Amino acid sequence: MKRLPSITTAVTTAVAVAVALVAVSACSGDEPDTITLLAYESFPSEPDGPIALALDEFTEQTGIEVEVVISGDTGTMLSKAALTAGNPEADVMWGVDNTFLSRAISTGVFEPYEAVELDAIPAEFTSLVPNAEATPVDFGDVCVNYDISALVNDDVEPPTTLADLTLPQFAGKLVVENPATSSPGLAFLLATIAQFGEEGWEQYWQQLRANDVEVVSGWSDAYYSEFSGSGGDRPLVVSYGSSPPFEVIYAEPPLTEAASGVVESSCYRQVEFAGILSGTDAPDGARALIDFLVSERFQREVALNLFVFPVNPAVELDQAFVDFATIPDSPITIDPILIDANRTEWIERWNAAVLR
Amino acid sequence: MDRALERRRAPLNGLPRWFVAAVAVPPAAFLLLFYVWPFVTLLARGLGGADVAATLSRSDTWRILWFTTWQATASTALTIVIGLAPTWAVSRFDFAFRRVFVSTLTAVFVLPTVVVGAAFLAVLPDALDRSIWAILGAHVAFNLAVVVRTVGSAWERLPSDLDHAAAALGAGPFTTFRLITLPLLRSSISASAAIVFLFTFTSFGVIRVLGTAGRPTIEVEVWRRATQLGDIGGAATLTILQLLALGGLVAWTTVQQRRHAIAIRGEAPRRRPRPVGRQIAHVTGAVGVTTLIVAAPLLALVERSLRSGDGYSLAAWRSLGNNEIRPGLRLGVDPLGALQRSATTAVWATLFAMVIGATAVVAISALGRTGKVLDAGLMLPLGTSAITIGFGMLITFDTPPVDWRAEWWLVPIGHALVATPFVVRSALSVVRTIPADRAAAAATLGASPVRAWANTTLPALRRPFAAAAGLAAAISLGEFGATSFLTRSGSDTLPIAIERLLGRTGRLFQAQAFALSTILAVATIGIVLLVDRGGDRARRS
Repeated sequence: MKRLPSITTAVTTAVAVAVALVAVSACSGDEPDTITLLAYESFPSEPDGPIALALDEFTEQTGIEVEVVISGDTGTMLSKAALTAGNPEADVMWGVDNTFLSRAISTGVFEPYEAVELDAIPAEFTSLVPNAEATPVDFGDVCVNYDISALVNDDVEPPTTLADLTLPQFAGKLVVENPATSSPGLAFLLATIAQFGEEGWEQYWQQLRANDVEVVSGWSDAYYSEFSGSGGDRPLVVSYGSSPPFEVIYAEPPLTEAASGVVESSCYRQVEFAGILSGTDAPDGARALIDFLVSERFQREVALNLFVFPVNPAVELDQAFVDFATIPDSPITIDPILIDANRTEWIERWNAAVLR
Repeated sequence: MDRALERRRAPLNGLPRWFVAAVAVPPAAFLLLFYVWPFVTLLARGLGGADVAATLSRSDTWRILWFTTWQATASTALTIVIGLAPTWAVSRFDFAFRRVFVSTLTAVFVLPTVVVGAAFLAVLPDALDRSIWAILGAHVAFNLAVVVRTVGSAWERLPSDLDHAAAALGAGPFTTFRLITLPLLRSSISASAAIVFLFTFTSFGVIRVLGTAGRPTIEVEVWRRATQLGDIGGAATLTILQLLALGGLVAWTTVQQRRHAIAIRGEAPRRRPRPVGRQIAHVTGAVGVTTLIVAAPLLALVERSLRSGDGYSLAAWRSLGNNEIRPGLRLGVDPLGALQRSATTAVWATLFAMVIGATAVVAISALGRTGKVLDAGLMLPLGTSAITIGFGMLITFDTPPVDWRAEWWLVPIGHALVATPFVVRSALSVVRTIPADRAAAAATLGASPVRAWANTTLPALRRPFAAAAGLAAAISLGEFGATSFLTRSGSDTLPIAIERLLGRTGRLFQAQAFALSTILAVATIGIVLLVDRGGDRARRS
């Protein structure tokens, strides 16, 4: 047995190798003139798409290259950013929405900056970040969508309010996402909380439950498996105000009219923000990039490539959006600080009311 | 005398100390550097007494632990029961498409669960959608390969004269199976049960796609706490709870295996006969039903890639190479680029996993008890939530001289962490069957221990390692969890590109996601077919 090396020998040698590896990698330096943009998973990352071309123009103007890094869904991206706050893995982050905004601010992820064109952005958006920790870059609405032909077949008028969804003619017709695991699911829960108040929302959900609402874990599952517009059997689904135009635009062969409609009064507004990651080693480049992201040049690419609407009012929307998108004048909102303080509790209570 | 006996049993023990130490270093260093260190760093950062107390006092925690345990137990039991029939057919008989059948089962095992889960959802009757039966069904389909392969390799070595003897004594086939075959297979059955339990206990993709959101496993809850709630401490506590539960399981199965191990001199696998008479019906039934369970979701992938509005078209396939859907309208994801990156990543991950796995196999078989520690250590990443490792790496490798967050090789390293245990498992079982007398003969002829090892054992390792390399490549191609949490996942691999396409509005995206899934499935089945061919040839030589 003496000839067998002990585990200590193995461990010691292993550590020695690790140290050697470390020493080798110490020689690599980082490149200046390149800044990194961290984004959620639906941000386009193809090498020569319209977003990349727009960023190329930024490079021409400033001499700064932009590398886009995709970092999972919004929650994952933010958790990573919070863990690395002060020593970030990128310089600018795109896409924290208003449900996550106060967590981002309270964990010190962002370094405040006021974009040059900030005044041009409507106060509706900028008022969410009074200290300019982050800059609003786009918005969208989470709304109940309905399958027009399915409701016509059933000879039922589309719902017009959230309360309508508890009516007997909509029994077994609605599919929603779990707010614990899905961003539109959370937005819809927030809409019901804003609508029915701290006292009444759980009762509303119990009524929805009695009306046979189906809960699935994510948006694709709800929209592409359960919604009758995509082969499922439920004609009402929680999706986006922009879903109908995207169905028209991204169909093969192209469609000429939208097959689904939007319940305008159910719409909850999501605003997304970009911000400079605190601890960046390229603060000037990061500021220039934030300015560029809210400029007309970049903002005009946002609708078709990111499925959200630009905050810069100078941008003109594609005709399909004008024809088929629903952008409510007075969408439902909740103060981001209130959301952050109550998110966990609301989700727990929702769980108890709906799933147990 | 003792020493001689021991050497006979473990052929690598005669190697000099410096050599064994040298081969033990790469796997130990790899494990310490890329698993232990990041994991401990994350615990140190995230875990406080308050988190542990809060997590343990939450009634949800115990509800989740209970659900995780019972669904894993039920899935495992079902997989074993359903898996024994095809295992019997595959290990006892030769029939048309036998190899394709086994490879398809294996491919399903390594495909990304998120993708096959979505396909599974497509073929399930609506009444079963998101019921516990959907979860159990998917778990069975995913893990049948484990039973067929693990139990199968023991079954085909069972001497057939036992069956004949029992039959001559008047026992019917069922009695023979119950009294003779089953006890002899027990150890391999409990080994495969342990593996299936490990995978279903840590199930993530299946639960997220098929489960109602109210029923998470620990793994899903770790993900939710860490990403959606930013509760790193709670996530870390649950990760430890999961490791403890699995550690208990490993200890229990080790005892069980020792208790039930029956010494029998296995035969080298014979040429399998073709089934005759009533056997034809039984084999057809067993293989047919299994094929139905496994092939239906795979065919659903193809069907959905062709769906376009109310009809079918090749639009999704045609547009794969061309990101521009119509002038000015782009895909946002680069499918062919993802395919290429997946292939490159798989090559590197295979290389890493092979270097680590091969040295680990040599070290484990030479090291005795210390080897067992290394063996168990290399298994740990499979039981640890991918997000814990990913986040750990993120905060560990963030300052020079270990500022590796942006390095291209971090993703293949993550894949290698997951693939290495499979390389070790599959190669170790072959290594243990290499006759010791060959090396002893070489030593008698005057060769030094290392020389004798290089001339006798090393050539015998070539085939099993080639097979293990294929398996590692297949695992890397399908790996989803670790990749999606590692930094710089911006360089999409195929499973991530699929997930991103599935998440977008527009039917063309959906169809394209399923077209990519089909490509991934075909590539995986192809690799596994090649591997199995190599494996069969190795056994014959």
